[in-house]
Amino acid sequence: MKEATDIRRRRDAGFIAVVQERSGQNLSACYQCGNCTAGCPAGFVYDRQVHQIMRAAQLGLKDEALDSRAVWLCLACSTCSLRCPNNIDVAAVMETLRHMARRENRVAARKVEKFWFSFLDTVRAFGRAWEIGTMALYMMRSLRVFTDLDLAPEALKKRKFGFRPHTVANGGSGAVTRIFKRYRERAAREGTRP
Amino acid sequence: MNYTYYPGCSAGGSSADYEKSTRAVCAALGMTLADIPDWNCCGSTPAHAVDTELSAALCSRNLDMAARQGVRKLLTPCPSCLSNLRHAAKRMENPQFRARVDELLDNPAAPEFPDVTSVMQGIAAHCGANGIAAHVRGSLSRLTLAPYYGCLMSRPPEVMDFGDPENPLLMENLLAACGANVLNFPLKTACCGASYGIPERRMTARLSARILQLATDMKADAVVAACPLCQMNLDLRQPQAAKAAGARFVMPVLYFTQAMGLAFGLSPDMLGLEKLRVSADALLRKLELPPAPQGSAEGGKPCE
Ligand code: SF4
Ligand code: SF4
Repeated sequence: MKEATDIRRRRDAGFIAVVQERSGQNLSACYQCGNCTAGCPAGFVYDRQVHQIMRAAQLGLKDEALDSRAVWLCLACSTCSLRCPNNIDVAAVMETLRHMARRENRVAARKVEKFWFSFLDTVRAFGRAWEIGTMALYMMRSLRVFTDLDLAPEALKKRKFGFRPHTVANGGSGAVTRIFKRYRERAAREGTRP
Repeated sequence: MNYTYYPGCSAGGSSADYEKSTRAVCAALGMTLADIPDWNCCGSTPAHAVDTELSAALCSRNLDMAARQGVRKLLTPCPSCLSNLRHAAKRMENPQFRARVDELLDNPAAPEFPDVTSVMQGIAAHCGANGIAAHVRGSLSRLTLAPYYGCLMSRPPEVMDFGDPENPLLMENLLAACGANVLNFPLKTACCGASYGIPERRMTARLSARILQLATDMKADAVVAACPLCQMNLDLRQPQAAKAAGARFVMPVLYFTQAMGLAFGLSPDMLGLEKLRVSADALLRKLELPPAPQGSAEGGKPCE
């Protein structure tokens, strides 16, 4: 009984509205059948299963939804969306929650975000992704020097990765750098974390 | 016939063999691939994971340049690029979204974008199964192959237009046209663990192991992939997957273009087979391939 009143008190209607608007999904359509969770390949590393995240979002329990590692470990494979009997694009809800968590600097899986930033930094600099550069930046950021060192001998022997970045000719790299610059400037103007 | 082509970044790195074999097979079929000049990275998973508008801006720059050159149809080998480009094109139909993305670009994006499809669909549309069968010099009939699409190619169906989202059949048709014995592979659209091999290795190791284990149990000679990231997880990271599963795998993981190229009689070198971590030599022995043609891509008359 106490729990029920607690949940009612913590219901954040504004949060529900924003999630619905950004994801384009009607959260109240979820009847908690658990199909999304049953098909989710990432469930074994989640702290909360995807149907529980859906429940938290539906009830407006912002902390439960945004501070969960699950939204960071979601593989965006869309299996949940495909199998939801109510046609909810569950993957879109997961992505929306991750975007919201990021903007508020609520990052429950720092390593994952560091990896993404490392990748994007190479794109920002060169216009194209650079695998070795991504790994080097990630090792620096995460202080994990030995990441994938076991793969190195084979990868080197087979020349799997280019040692030099590919840039985009005719000012293309600069055009991409400007996209990132405008993106960051706009985030600063709007007071969100880029 | 000419096609405009978006190679994607891994074509210049980890999936150089996919790139090489794609170009060789397309050339053999009479498809000329011309890159979008000055294309940039689509942003891959990290961009859309971080921000939808940033991802769409990176994609739109490419789509805009192609549109300005009058391109109506664009082919890409990589399902992740395909997914991002198609998502961006779809989202740009929303005027508010478009306005936000235009703010990030040097110039507002062209009003109409080309239709982006996979190279796999491009090959099928260009040739059809009969056209492909006509190019086969050495049938793959001694090979049992497990087709593996990964999770992005066919999902979400509203965006991807790749047939049944959990049971696509296009790769089966192409491989069957090459004479292969194609397994009905239940995990063909399961996720391999995507780009989490670095920040969350145990997830990728376990998901890839599931796929490799099933292919092994079904006695596949090889898994046939269509995605650079899937191929890397299943091939280069195969020992990590084996360790996670407490198993031992010796499963070659070819790109579908490499398998097709073998059937067309293209040399292993033209298909980049030497890049595979798990050697394809056992397959070559099984095939008792006729000597590979020298020089440029051959393999019969082009389908025009
Ligand atoms: S499958 Fe759909 S209805 Fe069922 S729990 Fe998941 S989101 Fe809710
Ligand atoms: S999209 Fe995310 S939540 Fe949905 S099934 Fe895939 S990994 Fe699970």
